[in-house]
Amino acid sequence: MTAALSARGLSKRYGKTTALDAVDLEVAPGELVGLLGPNGAGKSTLVKIACGLVSPTAGAAQVNGATAGSRPARASTGYLAELFRFPSWARAEEVLALHQRLARSDGGATEREQLLARVGLTGEGGRRMETMSKGMQQRLGIAQALIGDPRLVLLDEPTSALDPGGRRTVREVLVGLREQGVGVLLNSHLLSEIELVCDRVVIIDGGRVVTEGRPQDLTAPGGVEIETSDGVRRLPDARREDVPRIVRELVADGTEVYGVQVVTGTLEDAYLAAVVGRDG
Amino acid sequence: MSDALAIAGHALREAVRRRVLLVVSLLTAVFLGLFALAAFEAFDSLEKVNGIVPIDERALAGGTLLGLAMFVALFLGVVLAVFLTLDAVRGDAERGLLQPLVVRPVGRTTLLAGRLLAASAVCAPYVVIVFLAAALITNAAGNFWPSSLFVPAAGLALGVITVVAVSLLGSTVLSTTANGIAIFMVFATGLAAGLLGQIGEGLQVDALETASSVMSWIVPFEALYQNGLHALTADIGGAAGVIVQLGPFGGASNVGAGIWPWAVAWSAVVLALAAWAFGRRDL
Repeated sequence: MTAALSARGLSKRYGKTTALDAVDLEVAPGELVGLLGPNGAGKSTLVKIACGLVSPTAGAAQVNGATAGSRPARASTGYLAELFRFPSWARAEEVLALHQRLARSDGGATEREQLLARVGLTGEGGRRMETMSKGMQQRLGIAQALIGDPRLVLLDEPTSALDPGGRRTVREVLVGLREQGVGVLLNSHLLSEIELVCDRVVIIDGGRVVTEGRPQDLTAPGGVEIETSDGVRRLPDARREDVPRIVRELVADGTEVYGVQVVTGTLEDAYLAAVVGRDG
Repeated sequence: MSDALAIAGHALREAVRRRVLLVVSLLTAVFLGLFALAAFEAFDSLEKVNGIVPIDERALAGGTLLGLAMFVALFLGVVLAVFLTLDAVRGDAERGLLQPLVVRPVGRTTLLAGRLLAASAVCAPYVVIVFLAAALITNAAGNFWPSSLFVPAAGLALGVITVVAVSLLGSTVLSTTANGIAIFMVFATGLAAGLLGQIGEGLQVDALETASSVMSWIVPFEALYQNGLHALTADIGGAAGVIVQLGPFGGASNVGAGIWPWAVAWSAVVLALAAWAFGRRDL
């Protein structure tokens, strides 16, 4: 099956600065891949190369089998930039209609209404950008990225301006895209969001991929915490499989057990281990 | 072509919604009102001093007024052209307006073509309307018609399109402010070339006239302006003809028919450069 996004040896240099250094990355159809990394790691550069805004210095990227940046590649890509703006004088409907025309979508008013509903902006089509909050504009930006049923969606910090309700809406949109078989590359600093929805996480630092894998594989076990009549006992080396034995021993010892929690590391721990640990 | 029209329509809607066209229309109406006042007063004064000055005062007044109107139309057209295009690429990219459009399956050249179409569709008719309105006012005030209406009007229209082209090129490499300053300096260079030619003609210094001629072809809106000014008053003879041909802001000059294809080719090359620079630019 053709990958939604495939990057091989992708490098980008701005003068003496290396933004990306031989990055390999693949997003399969229906896969949600989270892109993590500190500021300046090269995440946005990678996304911009994928959608044709930036030319790579070396390597190649393909979108649904077409060279990234080519017309067929752009026709099958939806993109939300990190720093984007729609004209303040334009109405939401007009913004979507213009992008429909440029994306050659024949969805018309029905598609616009469906997209607005999908991002929680039902009935807001007549509003001008200047009267919309930043969060509403970001939702509209996501709706714009979904015009024409793209096979790859690139989202650069799509929830940075959203309240918890808005983030939940975006999560639902992302899950819906996965069900439709759309590949999604999600660039975000919100690790909790990525942990909740992404199938795979890629962490880059200094322009290189430093680690990748499924969120559950990246998070290390953190031991077991047991609430007893003597207080909370922490057993950092214990694992989930050890819990029945530990509880049996405590009870046999006459200790009353009120609760047991298997502690797992978070994606944040994995991220910090990969990035901070690497940076020293 | 359909995509370019969509971009042009978007840019034109912006000009309307931001009340650019309304403000321009109101201020142009004010200018034309003042011009009408000046024209009626000028011709009225001529009637009072009729016979004292031994030249064709009506032609002198009419030619001078229309030459002035031509200069003002060009200046206002240039202002409009610059402000409609000075941030088309780098400015819009820095504000995050351009990226959502560029990632669509539309060529960057098409985006530029759309901006060119929109700005030209506003500026070219604008200068023609202002000039023709001034001609009608001059006729109403003093029953004066210029030797040609078409050549000056067409020259103004093509002249502002060349400015749109160079402003679009500037927008691919310069920041908004720098591009605005650069284009007005280019305009001032053309103006200086015209004045230089006048001085050269007055002092009969061939080198100055040659320099003026070369400069006006390098910035063809100036050559088109000089050509239009010449066509405006070509039939006026005698002392009035000599005075009017000097023009209020740069002398009239019959630069030849070659200026038309030259200006078109010049604009095409400038736009090709703009498309090349835009195509290579990382956003």
